[in-house]
Amino acid sequence: MQLILASTAIIFLGGLLALAVASRPRAASVLAAVGAIAGSAVGLVPALRAVLGGTHDAIACPWGLPLGEFHVALDALSGLFLVPILVLTAVAAVYGTRYLGHDTGPRVGVSWFFYSLLTCGMIAVVVARDAVLFLLAWETMSLASFFLVAYDDRRESVRHAAWTYLVATHIGTAALIALFVLMARQHGSLDFDHWNAGGMTSALASLCFLLAVAGFGTKAGFMPLHVWLPEAHPAAPSHVSAVMSGVMIKTGIYGLLRILSLIGPPPAWWGWLLIAIGLSSGILGILFALAQHDLKRLLAYSSVENIGIIAMGLGLGVLGTAYAAPTVATLGYAAALWHVLNHALFKGLLFLGAGAVLHAAGTTRIDRLGGLARRMPRTAMAFLFGAVAVCGLPPLNGFTSEFLVFIAALNGMLSGDLLVGATTAAVIAGLAVIGGLAVACFTKACGTIFLGEPRTSEADEAHEAGGTMWATMALLMVACVVVGVASPWLIGRSLASPLAVLCPAPAGLPIDLNVASSPLTGVVLAAAAFIGIALILVLLRRRLLAGRSVTQSGTWDCGYQRPTARMQYTSSSFAQPLVDLFRGLLRPRRDAAPIVELFPTAAHLQTHVGDLFTDRLIAPAFRRVREVLSRLRWIQHGRVQWYVLYIALTLLVLLVWKLG
Amino acid sequence: MDFWVNCLVVLIAMTNLRLLGSSRVVSCVHTVAFQGVLLGVLAIVGASGGLAAHGIVLAAVNIVLKGLVFPWLLMRALRETHLRREVEPAIGFGASMLLGVLLIGICLWIGSRLPLPVGVQASPLLVPAALFTLMVGLFMIVARRKALTQVVGYLSIENGITAFGLGFALKEALLVELGILLDAFMAVFVMGIIIFHISREFDHIDAGELSALKD
Repeated sequence: MQLILASTAIIFLGGLLALAVASRPRAASVLAAVGAIAGSAVGLVPALRAVLGGTHDAIACPWGLPLGEFHVALDALSGLFLVPILVLTAVAAVYGTRYLGHDTGPRVGVSWFFYSLLTCGMIAVVVARDAVLFLLAWETMSLASFFLVAYDDRRESVRHAAWTYLVATHIGTAALIALFVLMARQHGSLDFDHWNAGGMTSALASLCFLLAVAGFGTKAGFMPLHVWLPEAHPAAPSHVSAVMSGVMIKTGIYGLLRILSLIGPPPAWWGWLLIAIGLSSGILGILFALAQHDLKRLLAYSSVENIGIIAMGLGLGVLGTAYAAPTVATLGYAAALWHVLNHALFKGLLFLGAGAVLHAAGTTRIDRLGGLARRMPRTAMAFLFGAVAVCGLPPLNGFTSEFLVFIAALNGMLSGDLLVGATTAAVIAGLAVIGGLAVACFTKACGTIFLGEPRTSEADEAHEAGGTMWATMALLMVACVVVGVASPWLIGRSLASPLAVLCPAPAGLPIDLNVASSPLTGVVLAAAAFIGIALILVLLRRRLLAGRSVTQSGTWDCGYQRPTARMQYTSSSFAQPLVDLFRGLLRPRRDAAPIVELFPTAAHLQTHVGDLFTDRLIAPAFRRVREVLSRLRWIQHGRVQWYVLYIALTLLVLLVWKLG
Repeated sequence: MDFWVNCLVVLIAMTNLRLLGSSRVVSCVHTVAFQGVLLGVLAIVGASGGLAAHGIVLAAVNIVLKGLVFPWLLMRALRETHLRREVEPAIGFGASMLLGVLLIGICLWIGSRLPLPVGVQASPLLVPAALFTLMVGLFMIVARRKALTQVVGYLSIENGITAFGLGFALKEALLVELGILLDAFMAVFVMGIIIFHISREFDHIDAGELSALKD
């Protein structure tokens, strides 16, 4: 535990030093990155020990604040979230030194300070065992990431994104405060360790659960609370997007899991609610991702989709616990936890790849790119690996966690209960749809950006990512492959202790993940064999072509002599059949000048897909609130004396009320 | 002993009424300075069980700062801004006095209900008088238009807090009191400068006109 505190201190110190030398951006970047690496290295030791060994380690001491105490602890569940936090923040920090390398001015140093603060906040969130400490850490994390999103604050869209995020995260925090107050009143303590005493009525427990879903779901990005993600992720610098999407939104999942482990035995409808959220987030998330024209926005929606998959795993876990089906419960939770880990790796990789594209071509608008595979082959390869992982294709790591969800759902179908069977069937069908759409979505992204011809001169002049950026991407790429291939062995070793925290096994029944890892071994071996065959074919081809001359020429274009780069599939046209299929949900806006004359001159076609929930739910709700609240504007008249009067009268009335 | 303490407390309460009723800025400044001196004397007279060193220090600092330094700072601000010497009340003087009497009633009631440690009060009237001083200060801030009279109100609040602290022979009283005094000193210093700048910028120090700055 002391090592975790030391690691937090090192990271924070790095941030402080970066702030101190803010006048020299390069030095600030290096100092913060060194702090992040050193801190992570120190912190990984106890985190891994907790995950693999299942140790529990705590420090509790009183502090000067009127409420709560300083109580931190490291158990296997905290450790499992701590590992991706430490790894990804260190990797992204190294990437960021290069990514922000061209920026000048003190804002670089300031940004690094908030980056360190964000890391420290996330560490504190997963080790805090006191409600007040947890909320402090939560707010630190949220505010630090707000300042990180607002990095490029001269752009109006960035400011708007940052405000959207700030409002969303505070709505979530409001729900969390209500949750913690309820729990503390019930148990008479702010300490998490006193909260699993039981004795909550089912209505109160359900209220707490709903508050947790709302509060933590806002951070995690459950639909329809996801509205800040597609705004904030594109606005933030890419290494920050990678951290926010890869690990910060997972703290929401962690919070939900922690509360679930404290709140007592769950009724079945909690599971159904989580599965419904998971299905809607997953399917709608990937559909909206498919319709996007901006790479980072697409990735943000894909995060919503992956959070949906995690929520499905959680839902299956809760459902299994409620129906006393330990296999389903174990596998469901295992799937959720495993996907948390995997998503951190491949989404981090994809955001870093998107950052490399932005760095090279100056834009992430898919329709202004193209042909980048030839100009930046290493980035293209890394992005391709990330895309394969996010689509859930074997043998990369994304596949293994989605496979666990499938196995959990299949076990649920075997349970014999009709309702459970129907629910799990829906999960299987939903996951299949998500998988298919994800392949379409990332085929579109990879194909339009990296293949074909460059659509603009910026894309034509793109350069390969520098050594540092490439090294970090390569590291994550290798991690995706290794974790995927080694998963049959890794799952059992790394998830057993965290699962013991979540669903304490019934007496004498050890947690058994073999039911998942043995078919997984088969799939991984088959995939390896498949890749081996492909490699052999490639070698064979090279062998056969060895003695002959190979020339390259233009594709035969039916005799047409003047093809241009605009005669390619664009992101809209590639996605158009699917977008049209789901027109009812996506509501694409189309602005086209129809061709009416025999010899048409100028024509244009523009499509835009807004966010269903932002446009239909959140924006009208906020407009309504503003209308109501604007009637109270007469209170805010700007007369200082009256403001003092308000305060004085409030205090007087409170005093009289208290004494009366 | 108790007689003199009671006399001082009643005098403090009466200075408050004079603060409410006076129509000239200068007399407001003088009144609040007099109040500060009275508090200093109270610190000496009210010290139960002989004079301790910290009581004398507190009294001396109180008298010097509130009786000499603050009035001097405020009079200088008054002179440099060349403003008219009337108070410009938002609530008339008669109404202010009536409200003051009402406030005394409320304060006496609150003083009788406040759960205070028994047996440490120098005088049963001290807590109501302290509260009254505090509320009059707030009232001055709310009901007077000039920024300078608002500073006077702020000083009156500070006097109220000091009086409240004097009522209890607490061990840490000296540190707390000195800390508050230092705060008040800085605040008055800054306010004096700001008032000067406001007056130079806007040609008046009417705080009511600050509403023009709202969004």
